[in-house]
Amino acid sequence: MSLLVPIITMGLIAFVLSAGLVFAYRKLRVEVDPRLEEIAALLPQANCGACGFAGCQALAEALVAGKAETNACPVGGNEVARLLAAILGKESLEVTKKVARLHCRGTHEAAPARSQYTGPATCLAAHLLGGHKLCTYGCLHFGDCVRSCPFDAMRLGDDGLPVINEQKCTGCGKCVEACPRGLLELHPLERNIFVFCRSKDRPAVARKVCKNACIACNICVRACPEAIIMESNLAKITDWKKIPADKIAAIEKCPTGAIGRLKKERDEAEKIELRAEV
Amino acid sequence: MNLLIIFISAVLINNFVFYYFLGLCPYLGVSRKIGPSISMGMAVTFVLSLTAVSSWMINHWILIPYGLDYLQIVSFILVIASLVQLVEMFIRKVSPPLYQAMGIYLPLITTNCVIMGLALLAALKNYNFLETVVFGVSAGIGFTLAIVLMAAIREQLELADVPRPLRGAAIALITAGIISLAFMGFSGIIK
Repeated sequence: MSLLVPIITMGLIAFVLSAGLVFAYRKLRVEVDPRLEEIAALLPQANCGACGFAGCQALAEALVAGKAETNACPVGGNEVARLLAAILGKESLEVTKKVARLHCRGTHEAAPARSQYTGPATCLAAHLLGGHKLCTYGCLHFGDCVRSCPFDAMRLGDDGLPVINEQKCTGCGKCVEACPRGLLELHPLERNIFVFCRSKDRPAVARKVCKNACIACNICVRACPEAIIMESNLAKITDWKKIPADKIAAIEKCPTGAIGRLKKERDEAEKIELRAEV
Repeated sequence: MNLLIIFISAVLINNFVFYYFLGLCPYLGVSRKIGPSISMGMAVTFVLSLTAVSSWMINHWILIPYGLDYLQIVSFILVIASLVQLVEMFIRKVSPPLYQAMGIYLPLITTNCVIMGLALLAALKNYNFLETVVFGVSAGIGFTLAIVLMAAIREQLELADVPRPLRGAAIALITAGIISLAFMGFSGIIK
């Protein structure tokens, strides 16, 4: 008997409450487009904002409302674009996989410091004070980009420069925004030739502040004038697709290695510290 | 006067976070930025008020008359969880912006120890209905105070040069300890 009272009481309480919940669920249900949940489940839920919307949920809403294209999510890539198109009954659009690339080779060794810096250990803070390196354009080595990466695709190498794991990199562009010196850019994965320097210093200065800086010697411009120009002491590739394969060797005569291929042939790759991990 | 004492006691002196060490999970988890921590504080205050009311009713109308005091823990959590669920549905329907601000935090705290602690403490202290409600609301305000203080400090800590082994949770716990020590200064205001 003494056992029965609590069992009945608890059972009653539970029953009343669950009945109330069921009733409330029926009454108060918010009508949501069933596709919304499906789409939200497909998206990577990294909420990185690379699509231009406030987050994955916002993109899902925009997709349902027809305000975004199915290839809007660079993180999900082609696979997600295809599935999204299937759900929404639209034609699938290609996504070009983009990854972040670093445009600096100012390692600890190559680009010496001009002062000791003891402020907040972020690139942003160091950059506000002009930086502690002689080169005022190069990497500050505090890894704001690494911390900004939501996909764990970056790490700070031993030489001070960030290393990008292109397998993990989704091209969300967080690091591009995080770098106060604008050294990171998104480029199509298949692009292999870059200018690894952002220094606009005069050649004599550039030579002093960093061993790997572009010194505006024009060797690359002479090798391939149709795709490379010299702009305020810095080589610039206007259209990488126009660089023919047979001219790469001539371009790579660059005395400081400031321009060239990111990934070289195997034997060479072992000698040269790569700025990309595969 | 009694209500005022309960209020000051729950907010400052016997603060749920600093004195009872209850609700540490949201206190450490959602105190990174001031914005979300205010939302969390609001949600906790809301759930605590609800808890105070419902647990008093359950306790005095059902459990005590039938001599079922030993079922307090089970029945409190049952009632609180379902009520919060109900309110969450209601908010979602009636006010989407409020749901965005607070609704997502509601299910997180339903089964938190701060909620349980309040229900059991109120029963232990034999508060009457009004006292229980004041106790609940002021416990919520105390929690909000604690979490917002913590968030403000942690926002500043983001820029500080914290020694590597202490980064993250470690420095947060040290900070929490120091705030607790500071709040011990209030003890003795009410004997």
